Amino acid sequence: MDERPVKLACRSVWKVFGGGAAGLFAGGGQPDDAALGAGNFIAAVRDVSLEVLQGEIFIIMGLSGSGKSTLVRCMTRLIEPTAGAVLFDGSDLLKASASELTNLRRHKMGMVFQHFALLPHRTVLGNVGFPLEVQGLSKPAREAKALEAIELVGLAGREAYYPAELSGGQQQRVGIARSLVVEPDVWFLDEPFSALDPLIRREMQDEFLRLQAVLHKTIVFITHDFEEAIRLADRIAIMKDGRIVQIGTSEDLVLNPASPYVEEFTRGIPRTKVLTAAAIARPAGKGPFAGTVPAEAKISTLVSEVLSARANAVFEVKDSNGRAVGQLSAKDIVAVLSTEAEAP
Amino acid sequence: MSAAYSMTTQWPAGLSRWALIWGGLALVTVGLFLLKDDVGWAFKYPRALIWPLKFWISDFMKWLINDLNFILFTFKDFTRAVSWVIEQPYWLARNLLATGFVQGFGLEAETVWPRLSWVGLTGLAVLMGVYAQGWRLGLLAGACFTYLAVFGQWDSAMVTLSSIVIAVPFGVAGGLALGVAGYRSRRVKKVLSPVLDLMQTVPVFAYLVPVLLLFGFGPVSAMIATIIYAMPPMVRITMLALSKVPAEVMEYGAMAGCTRRQLLWKVQLPSAMSSLMVGVNQVVMLSLNMVIIASMIGAGGLGFDVLTALKRLKIGEGVEAGLAITLLAIALDRLSQAYARRPPPAHGARAEGFFRRYPYLTAGFGIIAGTWVLGYGFEAIAIYPKDWQVTTGLFWDNIVRWININYFDQLDGFKNALLLNVMIPFKRFLLSLPWVAVVGMAALAGLRLGGWRLGLLTGAMALFPALVGLWPKAMVTVYLMGLSVVIACLIGIPIGIAAARNERLHRIVQVCIDTLQTLPSFVYLMPVVMLFRVGDFAAMVAVVAYSVVPAIRYTDYGIRNVPAHVIEAATQSGCTRRQILWKVQMPLALPEIMLGINQTIMMALSMLVITALVGTRELGQEVYIALTKADTGQGIVAGISVAFIAIIADRLIGAWANKRKKQLGLA
Ligand SMILES: Nc1ncnc2c1ncn2[C@@H]1O[C@H](COP(=O)(O)OP(=O)(O)OP(=O)(O)O)[C@@H](O)[C@H]1O
Ligand SMILES: [Mg+2]
Repeated sequence: MDERPVKLACRSVWKVFGGGAAGLFAGGGQPDDAALGAGNFIAAVRDVSLEVLQGEIFIIMGLSGSGKSTLVRCMTRLIEPTAGAVLFDGSDLLKASASELTNLRRHKMGMVFQHFALLPHRTVLGNVGFPLEVQGLSKPAREAKALEAIELVGLAGREAYYPAELSGGQQQRVGIARSLVVEPDVWFLDEPFSALDPLIRREMQDEFLRLQAVLHKTIVFITHDFEEAIRLADRIAIMKDGRIVQIGTSEDLVLNPASPYVEEFTRGIPRTKVLTAAAIARPAGKGPFAGTVPAEAKISTLVSEVLSARANAVFEVKDSNGRAVGQLSAKDIVAVLSTEAEAP
Repeated sequence: MSAAYSMTTQWPAGLSRWALIWGGLALVTVGLFLLKDDVGWAFKYPRALIWPLKFWISDFMKWLINDLNFILFTFKDFTRAVSWVIEQPYWLARNLLATGFVQGFGLEAETVWPRLSWVGLTGLAVLMGVYAQGWRLGLLAGACFTYLAVFGQWDSAMVTLSSIVIAVPFGVAGGLALGVAGYRSRRVKKVLSPVLDLMQTVPVFAYLVPVLLLFGFGPVSAMIATIIYAMPPMVRITMLALSKVPAEVMEYGAMAGCTRRQLLWKVQLPSAMSSLMVGVNQVVMLSLNMVIIASMIGAGGLGFDVLTALKRLKIGEGVEAGLAITLLAIALDRLSQAYARRPPPAHGARAEGFFRRYPYLTAGFGIIAGTWVLGYGFEAIAIYPKDWQVTTGLFWDNIVRWININYFDQLDGFKNALLLNVMIPFKRFLLSLPWVAVVGMAALAGLRLGGWRLGLLTGAMALFPALVGLWPKAMVTVYLMGLSVVIACLIGIPIGIAAARNERLHRIVQVCIDTLQTLPSFVYLMPVVMLFRVGDFAAMVAVVAYSVVPAIRYTDYGIRNVPAHVIEAATQSGCTRRQILWKVQMPLALPEIMLGINQTIMMALSMLVITALVGTRELGQEVYIALTKADTGQGIVAGISVAFIAIIADRLIGAWANKRKKQLGLA
């Protein structure tokens, strides 16, 4: 598998709301559903274990109320988990002292919020410079950095605007700029685009991918929109009632859903957007080949090229190292397209 | 929706049981009357059983002042230190605004630095109005200040203003600090809540007594009383405003790596700023109200002028000073409200250089400095010349004389009719009730509306005046308050209904009640004394005038806030306008109206206490006497009794309105 180091990990993390919840974990055990039901408890996160690798986009998905926000706040310790461990660069975040935590947040973490959470009394420049101000940077230094970040998200020229004068999309750009200005290692985004119109959302997703192509951050991204997830994700974790049901690439989730719940999520999604050339490739023959396609290319991007070739032309599928992993033909692509058409 | 409404038409199942209990209480009361000779204790609280609380309090006070010693310093040193801290800025402000900086005493006194010129201050008021809102407000503020100069009220008004300029920052800072503490710690909040309740319901005079004892007669005492009096709403608003900052914004602050202090100062307080400004407005207005009242303990200023005029029955002078208070109040209120409502900032090219970046600040300094310099050359700019002053005193005197000559019979007849037929009989009735039954009634009402805890609370609070031997005075308080509230409602609710149904009337009424509400309670005494002299009737008129505002406001608001779809549905089913009013709007607005009545009661009580100045014999008089005798125990015990009456009314009505709102699905 992937040999990148683990940046952030959860080990059996629980968050149970309600007085005396800590008592449920006395003696090191874990509560069962009966114990949780007995008191006035709300178990928002249940026994979650996961690993986020350096430089990947890790998406947490689930319906409203499934505990996504609570989980990501446990990872940043905005909410104190009831039990479990959160390892940041291998050391337990939950054991960090208040000042260590503040330092981590100042230098290693950035977060973007669903409703932007901008400070209304500060200009764009003031908002973006805020995290640096809190660290005690001098005014010229922080304004220089803030201007860079504003430039990066395409808001140059609006430095003097106040949040109330910006559109939703622009406000979230400010949210993104200020979370990036400290050059964090891990970037948390809690439904950053959910409050935006579909068109703007699309634009912001592209923007996000563009940024990530430059920055290579480790990203924990929350969404309840599966289409957004497959557009952006390296890996996706699906949550239901506080538990993680399945973790995998979008392809994994579509091809091998762990439960009907996961299947339900992936149902409306066009297969051509999820499956890669490698996934439908057959063992390579000896050719001749009409062309080469990259293994990680999504089918949807290949349709026009392959179908416009000769009727039974065969294409070679090669991975990024140039090794051949198989071949595919127009027929294979038509097969995927036709299962799609049959799906309800 | 319809399910919610139909439910309300069913009688609650428990009615019969409650009817039985209430009937039982009535029977017991009648029984007590029949056995009056045997159970005299139920009518007149036995003297021997009176709880000597007031002596304990007085003794405690004496101990504080004379004996308490914190080893390094005594309590007296402490109060002196507090006085000193408040006194310095106070004298600075007073010198600057009212007296000028003077060296030497008596005849040798020599003005080193004159006070700020009246032209300059008026100009500053205009500038502040323009800055906060626009030219109209600027002109209004300027006109108010000009009145003060032209009508010879400037000196007193500046004394009053210097108290306010100093009391407000202290009140705001103290309120913020307590509010932040209450927001941060649940335990602090738990302690603060009842204290704030009590502080907001204890009559103002009651504050004065202990403050007077601790800090002596003079402006500092008045300032301290003012600060304490004006602080509670700021504390409450701070707690509320802080808790209303969106959770995400707070989380962002934490993620940006704020320390606790940075989070408070850089994120939370600025985000809550506009709500906090509402609190500042409240502090300003309450300070003004209290500064006027506190003239009695040596603050001087406009309140003092009104008070002396009242005492000497110099109506004309009193009215002029009263008008000055009114205009000062309007100017301060509009200005501070405009600051609270200033639109959010907008971007704009930032001008280079300090002066261009802060044009208003620069202009303000310019005006003050310029007029000050000019004042040396032209006396009239520094101090408004006496010859130019106008007085309307005679005019008012004549009006009052004219009314008294021409309408004396009508006014007197009306007054006597009401006194003989309504007021005195009601007073006798209340005084004749056995205290046992009244306490029982209060407890039962609490039990019925809010469960046993509320019942216990209301019962205990009703018992308190009896325990401390103030029962008859408490009953007189209830009588005057009760009648005033009924009359205020009879006047206010119809006006509110009419305003709710007519847009133009609504706007006119709004302006009137906004203005009425800004007036310090003291001002209301003026016209009343002019027309009715002293006594229960005069007091009642003043109380009604002061407390009618919330009855109007809440009725109007409640009716307007009935959901539009409900009205549409009623119209659709063929209701006439009148039917809609009585069958739909009024029932739905009732909880809101009840809250208005609740406010009316609170305001009536606070005014009632002040009417002790026109000779009523209720708890307020008790406090007033205590004030003149500097008897802390007596003042506090009577003050608490008033507060308890207010709290009983507040809790009962609040519980009822909540219950009702829930039933109607409006909560
Ligand atoms: N402070 C709290 N106290 C009690 N229960 C809470 C608290 N915060 C969240 N919950 C509960 O925990 C559960 C998970 O909430 P969470 O906000 O994490 O869901 P979510 O997946 O982010 O949903 P959404 O998509 O609506 O944001 C919900 O049932 C919620 O009611
Ligand atoms: Mg959420």
